[in-house]
Amino acid sequence: MKFSFRKTLVAGAVAAGLLTTGYAAAQEQFIGLPSYRVGPYAAGGSGIYGGWIDYMQLINQRDGGINGVKLTWEECETEYNNARGVECYERLKNKGATGNSVFQPLSTGITYSVLEKVAEDKIPLVTMGYGRTDAADGRVFPWVFPLITTYWSQASAIVNYIASKEGGADKLKGKKIGLLYHDSAYGKESHAIMDKLAAKHGFTVEKIAVAHPGNEQQSQWLQIRQSRPDYVVLWGWGVMNPTALRTAARTGFPREKMIGVWWSGAEEDTVPAGDAAKGFTAAGFNVAGTNYPVIKDIQQHVYGKNLGNMQDKSRVGSVYYNRGVVHGIITVEAIRTAQEKFGKGKPLTGEQVRWGFENLKIDNARLKALGAEGFMPELKVSCEDHEGAGVVKFQQWDGAKWNVVSDWVAGDRELVRSMIEESAAAYAKEKGITPRDCSKES
Amino acid sequence: MLYREAGQFKTTYQEDAQIFPIRQDRIGFFALLAFFFLVVPVVADQYWLQAILIPTLIFSLAALGLNILTGYAGQLSLGSAAFMAVGAFATYNFMLRIDGMPFLLAVVLGGLCAAAVGILFGLPSLRIKGFYLAVATLAAQFFIVWALVKFPWFSNYSSSGVITAQEVNILGYAFTTPESKYLLTLAIVTVLALAAKNMVRSTTGRKWMAVRDMDVAAEVIGIRLMRTKLQAFAVSSFYCGVAGALYAYTYLGTVEPEGFNLDLSFKILFMIIIGGVGSILGSFLGAAFIVLLPIFLNVILHSAVGEALPPGFGSSLELMIFGALIIFFLIVEPHGMARLWQIAKEKLRLWPFPH
Repeated sequence: MKFSFRKTLVAGAVAAGLLTTGYAAAQEQFIGLPSYRVGPYAAGGSGIYGGWIDYMQLINQRDGGINGVKLTWEECETEYNNARGVECYERLKNKGATGNSVFQPLSTGITYSVLEKVAEDKIPLVTMGYGRTDAADGRVFPWVFPLITTYWSQASAIVNYIASKEGGADKLKGKKIGLLYHDSAYGKESHAIMDKLAAKHGFTVEKIAVAHPGNEQQSQWLQIRQSRPDYVVLWGWGVMNPTALRTAARTGFPREKMIGVWWSGAEEDTVPAGDAAKGFTAAGFNVAGTNYPVIKDIQQHVYGKNLGNMQDKSRVGSVYYNRGVVHGIITVEAIRTAQEKFGKGKPLTGEQVRWGFENLKIDNARLKALGAEGFMPELKVSCEDHEGAGVVKFQQWDGAKWNVVSDWVAGDRELVRSMIEESAAAYAKEKGITPRDCSKES
Repeated sequence: MLYREAGQFKTTYQEDAQIFPIRQDRIGFFALLAFFFLVVPVVADQYWLQAILIPTLIFSLAALGLNILTGYAGQLSLGSAAFMAVGAFATYNFMLRIDGMPFLLAVVLGGLCAAAVGILFGLPSLRIKGFYLAVATLAAQFFIVWALVKFPWFSNYSSSGVITAQEVNILGYAFTTPESKYLLTLAIVTVLALAAKNMVRSTTGRKWMAVRDMDVAAEVIGIRLMRTKLQAFAVSSFYCGVAGALYAYTYLGTVEPEGFNLDLSFKILFMIIIGGVGSILGSFLGAAFIVLLPIFLNVILHSAVGEALPPGFGSSLELMIFGALIIFFLIVEPHGMARLWQIAKEKLRLWPFPH
């Protein structure tokens, strides 16, 4: 009995060993996911990583991987903690046959912590819509990709949206915009660009800080009531957002005149505010809803086979979930692009995937083929420009769901770009980096 | 049988006053040091050095700092992370603004800045005690983080308030590899830990403990309360400041003020409670426990076991197990891990003839 048990064990171990080595040979692309599903940011983390994993599952189930290369992934819980994030980065770095292909921590703090490590380890760092803004200058930051939109582009796009609502940029003159921001590094990110835009267009910005976590805003809204701004830009996060909406309702500030940044524009921000959220508009680089072929495919191929990642299936199609799908689409397309150069059907190293990100082009035709037309903006990344799009769409909450109320709105590209280049140059000088010459890259 | 001190006679005062009076302890300690200095950098891979050992050492140092203040001098503090932040940002600014600043000097100066701030926030300790003092140091926690975000000068006008640590360079040698960073951290921590051990064994430490045990009695026998308490705050903050500088320079490379939030202060407090209040060894054991256990649980829950669980459940379970273990541990041994080690040692000395 004992003998046979031991034999089974050995046989099992051998089989397991064979299986794993067999798998490695069977073409897999490993993606490390430094996720967070507990802690204060859990709503965002579980939604985004859930959507992302579901999309990768869809690629595996429906298409059998990317040109036959199956995607594999492993999650590592960071709790949004920088130290844990670094540990996850190191842990995931060498997993899989070719090591980790891409690191997307969904946390500005962790982004900064691994910013220099990724260049050493040759792993692309993708920070969609957050992270270090000036990293959009790919000449100084070859390994970092703040894709789609940076905070500066976004602030600028919000101002442009306000201008369009007012009927032109010249109408901004003499207007007053309140900036209700989370009093942290993240909230202050908006200041420099808003000051520049205010000087350019002749409006005034009134910056009002809300201390973390932001569940007490009486005095701030009193200030808003006294100074009567024409618009309030809500640069908030977490519990601060529903509180701002509720307090605005109590103060009588019209929610139609409140515009949120993408961390203020999810169901998790509006539903707790109840009716007070009705009419609130927020920027985002993806839209909500299940009415897109890519989401329908996920429901059919992933949830239909009971392989879905979301415990609460009703969150499929929510803002955070769909943002996770955008993460998935961009990552998969970058790997696909890289495969075209480095060999189809082969697992790629982080360095090769980086090339894929840098040469990523997702136009409307491609988006249509992916079933994501209108779901996310077109993207064209280059050696110089690691942002690739710089546009956002505005959605308005009607009390039950988000409705798209604008087309893709771009920010003041020239102004933002000049600020990015200036900041990146300062970083390069501080660090002694010689920027790449993009004209010499193939 | 091996752990027996029979036949070891102390014939001089020096021998009687050494840190490890038992020969086996001395041998064990030097073997341990040799292991960590010589063997570990060679055998450990990058992940172990960079993601496990360096943070454990740094948090041990921070816990040591808090242990001096809370464990030895009896002044409860919730501001350890803020003092770490002062150390990190001060070191960064010394390196940035003074050309040719040697790294080690910058770290010491950073530690001194933290000590100065520590004295400032230690002043209330002259009038208030216990929980009230804890709340007063909480003010340090909020004020310092706020000030670092508020005044962009501290972070050299970086748009998001994050500082990027300069390259560590000592006498022309650049510390860029995980091995070298680990050895640098280990060397600093070893020196400071030995200094702390000697401090608590000397008059300074005796005074701290006298104040901790009963300040009125301490005053009656001629200990100057104000000086002793502020000294404890200064030394403790110095240790935390150096830990903060190392956190920025040898571990993360870049830090934001929010990284030094209240959570971190609590973590350091848990480290000394679990490791053992009023024990140098306890600081190390506690730091190892608090840093390593969540990682260990995470690895387990996201490997074979985790596949079977619904997503997100593993992460929640991790917190639950971690919390349960802390409670269990404190019920079983309220004096911390250092006490367990002490008991084990006593048992070994008597073994096999317990009485």
